[in-house]
Amino acid sequence: MKNTDQKNPYLPYPGRIDAITIETEDQNLKTYRIILEKPEDMASWNHIPGQFAMLSLAGKGEIPIGIASSPTEKGHLLFTVNRAGVVTTALHKMDVGARIGIRGPLGNGFPVDEGLKGKNIVIIAGGFAFTTLRATLIYMLAHRQDYGKITVIYGARTPGMLLYKEELKAWSQRDDMEMFVTIDQDAPGWDGLVGFVPTIAGQVAPSPENSAALICGPPIMIKFTMPPLEKIGWTDDQVYLSLENRMKCGLGVCGHCNVGPVYVCKDGPVFTRAEVQKLPVEF
Amino acid sequence: MKILKLDNSDLKTLLTRWNETRDLFSPVEGNGKVGWQRIEPLAFNEPAEGVPRASIKVFFFPQPETLLEYSTRSGDRDAYVPRPAMGKGRERIILGVRPCDARSVMLNSLPFANDPYFKVRKDTTLIVGFTCERPCSTCFCSWTGGSPMGTEGMDIAMTKIEGGYLAAVLSEKGKELLGHLHDTKEASPEERKQLEALRKQAQKGTGPAGSPAEILRKKALMDLYNATFWQKLADSCINCGACTFLCPTCYCFDIQDETVKGKGRRIRYWDSCMFPLFTQHASGHNPRGQKIQRVRNRFMHKLKYFPERFGPLSCVGCGRCIRECPVNIDIREVMRDLLSIQ
Ligand SMILES: Cc1cc2nc3c(=O)[nH]c(=O)nc-3n(C[C@H](O)[C@H](O)[C@H](O)COP(=O)(O)OP(=O)(O)OC[C@H]3O[C@@H](n4cnc5c(N)ncnc54)[C@H](O)[C@@H]3O)c2cc1C
Ligand code: SF4
Ligand code: SF4
Ligand code: FES
Repeated sequence: MKNTDQKNPYLPYPGRIDAITIETEDQNLKTYRIILEKPEDMASWNHIPGQFAMLSLAGKGEIPIGIASSPTEKGHLLFTVNRAGVVTTALHKMDVGARIGIRGPLGNGFPVDEGLKGKNIVIIAGGFAFTTLRATLIYMLAHRQDYGKITVIYGARTPGMLLYKEELKAWSQRDDMEMFVTIDQDAPGWDGLVGFVPTIAGQVAPSPENSAALICGPPIMIKFTMPPLEKIGWTDDQVYLSLENRMKCGLGVCGHCNVGPVYVCKDGPVFTRAEVQKLPVEF
Repeated sequence: MKILKLDNSDLKTLLTRWNETRDLFSPVEGNGKVGWQRIEPLAFNEPAEGVPRASIKVFFFPQPETLLEYSTRSGDRDAYVPRPAMGKGRERIILGVRPCDARSVMLNSLPFANDPYFKVRKDTTLIVGFTCERPCSTCFCSWTGGSPMGTEGMDIAMTKIEGGYLAAVLSEKGKELLGHLHDTKEASPEERKQLEALRKQAQKGTGPAGSPAEILRKKALMDLYNATFWQKLADSCINCGACTFLCPTCYCFDIQDETVKGKGRRIRYWDSCMFPLFTQHASGHNPRGQKIQRVRNRFMHKLKYFPERFGPLSCVGCGRCIRECPVNIDIREVMRDLLSIQ
């Protein structure tokens, strides 16, 4: 098999780190802008918001990371990575110009072109799980006429732990969407909302009529966000979640990521809450 | 399907010819154990009875297998750019593969359908199967959709009879392997009838009535998942993983990078859903942190999840896991328990 044969699903596209942004005050979250080395690879790259890719560090291993850029942002890819273990720590030590492989896009993504079109959209994110929702939001704003009302609720522990701070500012100034940014506890210099995401969601979530909610965050946040939504009539099939399980192949073969009969890497990572409720709690 | 009648000397002739351009393997007995070995046609008599301790997956899903290679010398122009490691190697013929193992290759090719490494092995490996005259006490192929006379996954299926073999030709490659014998050694109508009779007889296998795969596919997932017997099973299992490594249809793997002196390779090797680290996240969170979850996953994957996705059970009834489990866990009992859930 030749080196150029991209049909080998284990072979990453060669890429390089083009820019690194430190996102959070604890420096544990960095956004990597990556450009695929071969112009034809970059030009033919296409993904759906909500999909992920394997970041491949030859010699260290591969990790699944949500694609934080929207397919409408051409010419590069963005990944926001939390320093957690072996590979993510190695990545955090890398500099601009370093080589990195990208294998993907993988998974299903949010149904931005079918299920979500024409609907009012509520994006609810906690902590650093905002990444693929950033991709989704940018995609929806680029196709603004395809969606109804857009509401974003995003929370972090402290102001310094918010991702994409410049963009948050720009979004809150737009008049074609509503933006609610909240932090867990009041902090000096913060003049925005204070409170946990579920509480804020309960206060500002729109009615469920012709609406869909996309929720990403720690399991505990998702758990407590559901009751306030249910109280005003939301049902499980209107709520989209993105699951995370340990992964190796990303292709539905190696067995690491299964939740009952589904593979998070191939059938997901995006599922409606109704779909998730039918599965064993193994995520 | 063409059936040939070969005598012992025909088989010798074939083996000698095959050996000129291909590597031959067969189950061979030594020290009381049956294992896969390279064979020399002249010294070889016939395949050992029963299934070898290791399953046939060692040929199609070797341990470890190099997927990619790369250099980590920063001076190299292609440093850190992996390239596929895919040697075609010589063609291989595996002789004496039993119906259960042969069928497992067919079943594994469902999840590995788009796996180029599996495909190369499959394209370069021919299976000359031997049907089973005497099923052993731990096999139950007929419960799982197979048969002691089964031919799925084989290129040629040999059945031993008085004075030689009846050889069913099952693929184009199998036909090529037989050369001129294919046209000169056709079995007589009586011999064909004899084979038919053996096949019919084999279908009378013992086991639960109906097709377990079909019955289990129809049962509600969470009813099976929430069954009470899992806890008892988990209590005795020690999570050693022996069952998964010996099983021909267990195909979970891990991928790791290995670098020595600037030369690296990305390898895959067998992993087991019985191990706690299999699912552990970097945060420490573990979706299958409890033993009961892991034991249940192994059996549910074989008997419910895989059939839901692909149709058949992911078990060929070879009995290896039953034979080798240190605490005598028996998948046949698990099947009975699941089938009895209403
Ligand atoms: C679909 C998906 C999207 C993700 N998106 C992001 C993201 O946008 N940003 C981010 O920071 N993290 C994300 N993660 C989590 C990220 O993959 C893990 O933090 C990362 O794999 C940890 O690797 P490590 O080598 O540093 O940790 P180690 O604990 O050393 O892990 C060793 C290996 O285990 C596997 N692994 C461990 N934890 C996880 C995990 N939680 N998920 C998947 N595989 C794991 C990886 O294969 C890893 O190489 C995502 C995970 C999934 C499944
Ligand atoms: S589960 Fe047991 S009996 Fe079934 S194929 Fe695997 S080792 Fe053989
Ligand atoms: S061989 Fe037996 S004890 Fe070991 S993991 Fe398998 S079922 Fe458990
Ligand atoms: S990561 Fe291998 S099956 Fe999902």
